[in-house]
Amino acid sequence: MATVLHSAPKYASNDGVQDTLTAALGSHVLSAREEHGEIMLTVKRESIADVLKMLRDNHAYQQLMEIAGVDYPGRTERFEVVYMLLSVTKNHRIMVKTSTDEATPVPTVTTVWPNAGWLEREVFDLYGVLFDGNTDLRRILTDYGFEGHPFRKDFPLTGYTELRYSEDEKRVVYEPVKLAQDLRTFDFMSPWEGADYVLPGDEKAATPPVDDPKVTEKPSDSGAGKKADKHAAEKVSAGSPAEEATDKARTPPPEPTEDQPAREERKGKTTDTAAATEPEGDAE
Amino acid sequence: MSVQLEESPTTGDEVISNYTINFGPQHPAAHGVLRMVMELDGEIIERVDPHVGLLHRGTEKLIEHKTYLQALPYFDRLDYCSPLCQEHSYVLAIEKLLNIEVPERAQYLRVLFAELTRISNHFLNIGAHVMDVGAMTPNLWVFELREDCMNFFERASGARMHSAWFRPGGVHQDVPEKLLVDIGEWIDNRLPELFGDAMSLVMDNRIFKQRNVDIAVVSKEDALAWGFSGPMIRAAGIPWDLRKSQPYEVYDRMEFDIPTGTNSDCYDRFMVRVNEVYQSARIIKQCLAEMPAGPVASTDGKVSPPKRGEMKQSMEALIHHFKLYTEGFHVPAGEVYVATESPKGEFGVYLVSDGSNKPYRCKIRPTAFSHLQAMDFMCKGHMLPDATAILGAIDVVFGECDR
Repeated sequence: MATVLHSAPKYASNDGVQDTLTAALGSHVLSAREEHGEIMLTVKRESIADVLKMLRDNHAYQQLMEIAGVDYPGRTERFEVVYMLLSVTKNHRIMVKTSTDEATPVPTVTTVWPNAGWLEREVFDLYGVLFDGNTDLRRILTDYGFEGHPFRKDFPLTGYTELRYSEDEKRVVYEPVKLAQDLRTFDFMSPWEGADYVLPGDEKAATPPVDDPKVTEKPSDSGAGKKADKHAAEKVSAGSPAEEATDKARTPPPEPTEDQPAREERKGKTTDTAAATEPEGDAE
Repeated sequence: MSVQLEESPTTGDEVISNYTINFGPQHPAAHGVLRMVMELDGEIIERVDPHVGLLHRGTEKLIEHKTYLQALPYFDRLDYCSPLCQEHSYVLAIEKLLNIEVPERAQYLRVLFAELTRISNHFLNIGAHVMDVGAMTPNLWVFELREDCMNFFERASGARMHSAWFRPGGVHQDVPEKLLVDIGEWIDNRLPELFGDAMSLVMDNRIFKQRNVDIAVVSKEDALAWGFSGPMIRAAGIPWDLRKSQPYEVYDRMEFDIPTGTNSDCYDRFMVRVNEVYQSARIIKQCLAEMPAGPVASTDGKVSPPKRGEMKQSMEALIHHFKLYTEGFHVPAGEVYVATESPKGEFGVYLVSDGSNKPYRCKIRPTAFSHLQAMDFMCKGHMLPDATAILGAIDVVFGECDR
């Protein structure tokens, strides 16, 4: 493991914890890893409540600090539900995660920790993850009567509705979002850092090879020869007037207008431009 | 409000059965926009259903659309009473993913200002709490002190509240020497004098005790099960403080005590905060005494921007500056959960990076969520006016709760 340089919170050592927990939880665990100093257990969805109960009762992870939802639209089970556990006796933290899709409910852990109620409501509200057994799965953060799950990656940042107070109706009204200016999103990916989009002109690089390549080996290929030489001497176009000799006098260009009156020299002009533009000392 | 009048089956008199009232969302004691649907039996609270989310601004979603540095000011706006402590969790999470070293002076500065933030947060809460239960004067006094803290923040960062001063890799700018001297003088003279005076008015006050002692008693088991943290869990008698148990920055070099409660009621929560102010003052004094000279931001030019003077001389510094303020820095892929001891409890940031310059997911663990959820069982059986005392002792700010 790399040397720890950062000054983030230091808790009890992770040494051996991962092996102990994977051994104790047995087949419930799909995978376990330690990255950036954090232990992450991925467990089967249907056994999440059992796993957390075991971790609380047998491994002294007394507190459930947080449940976080994450959306990965590319996966078949697009949602991850991450449980952050804290042991106040062992002074240790672990994360346990499971995954699900829009339709499959995750077993509730309100039976293990009472504060899971609101945390699950939040994940349901923002991601639409269902929790089987949570009796109070109402929306919590979004507006009364809100539709959709706003933290999904396919939900636009601006949302779909906006509200304002209507002076005519004397109440708050909901309207479709109208943006006076387009929402600005910047693509920061550089082409030399692995962006996979096509830059203008890139399509030419990948032109498929033709069956009969064009060559100029023989005169018949290029059309060169006597006949072509004869035509080359012919005057094709009128050409520009300057190229042809002509007797006609051309209209001269207009006389320049009267010179601007000479201006007085600027007074008080600084001569030391360096001193005027460079800041003094080491300004930050 | 709906009152149902019924007739008593035995006497034939009219009786009032349970009725529900709305506490908030516009109520001075609701500490912002909290709506609590209360079911009352007379003046006794039977059930409380807090409705939160009226201040939901989708901060986490907005953060996903910003670079790491652009997302930082959102943290000031979560718990606007302790802005720097929120930034602290976030910058530490980034630094954990990047695994970069923060210079010692920056660590001391961060600890110093995090503690100053804690003091100013507790001033607000203590003042609001005593006002919720009927006292006026102490609030005015602690607000005066809070104003001093605000001035210190302004002198360090240029902003009174939304400082955006902690940056990945260190702090934005060094502080003037005079500011540290002034903070030291303030800690030595003004703070103990004014704060001591203000607290002497309430700590042993009969009315204050009547309103707070034995209100909302929470057992140790409940405090653990409901995910309590910060002063709420310490008042329950569990000496749990992340600054002590999971030290970050230079907290492991600081000498301070963890005040704990004995009775786990609203009075204990109040007293824990009062004592924490003095403990924070101790930490600040140690910071001022030990703070070394040196850089205040990481020397890694790929993360922290160059100095203005450097940019005038060095092409590389100019490029770094341009890249950092347009594209930002890239954070290695991975996920971390970093929690620090904010004045209100454990404030955590679960940061998922996909290796780009924007967070893939940034889940914020608010302190108020678990505490507010416990309102129902804490209020049960208490009188309606006790709800304000309980709420005041939770120390809830909705910018953070609703995100």
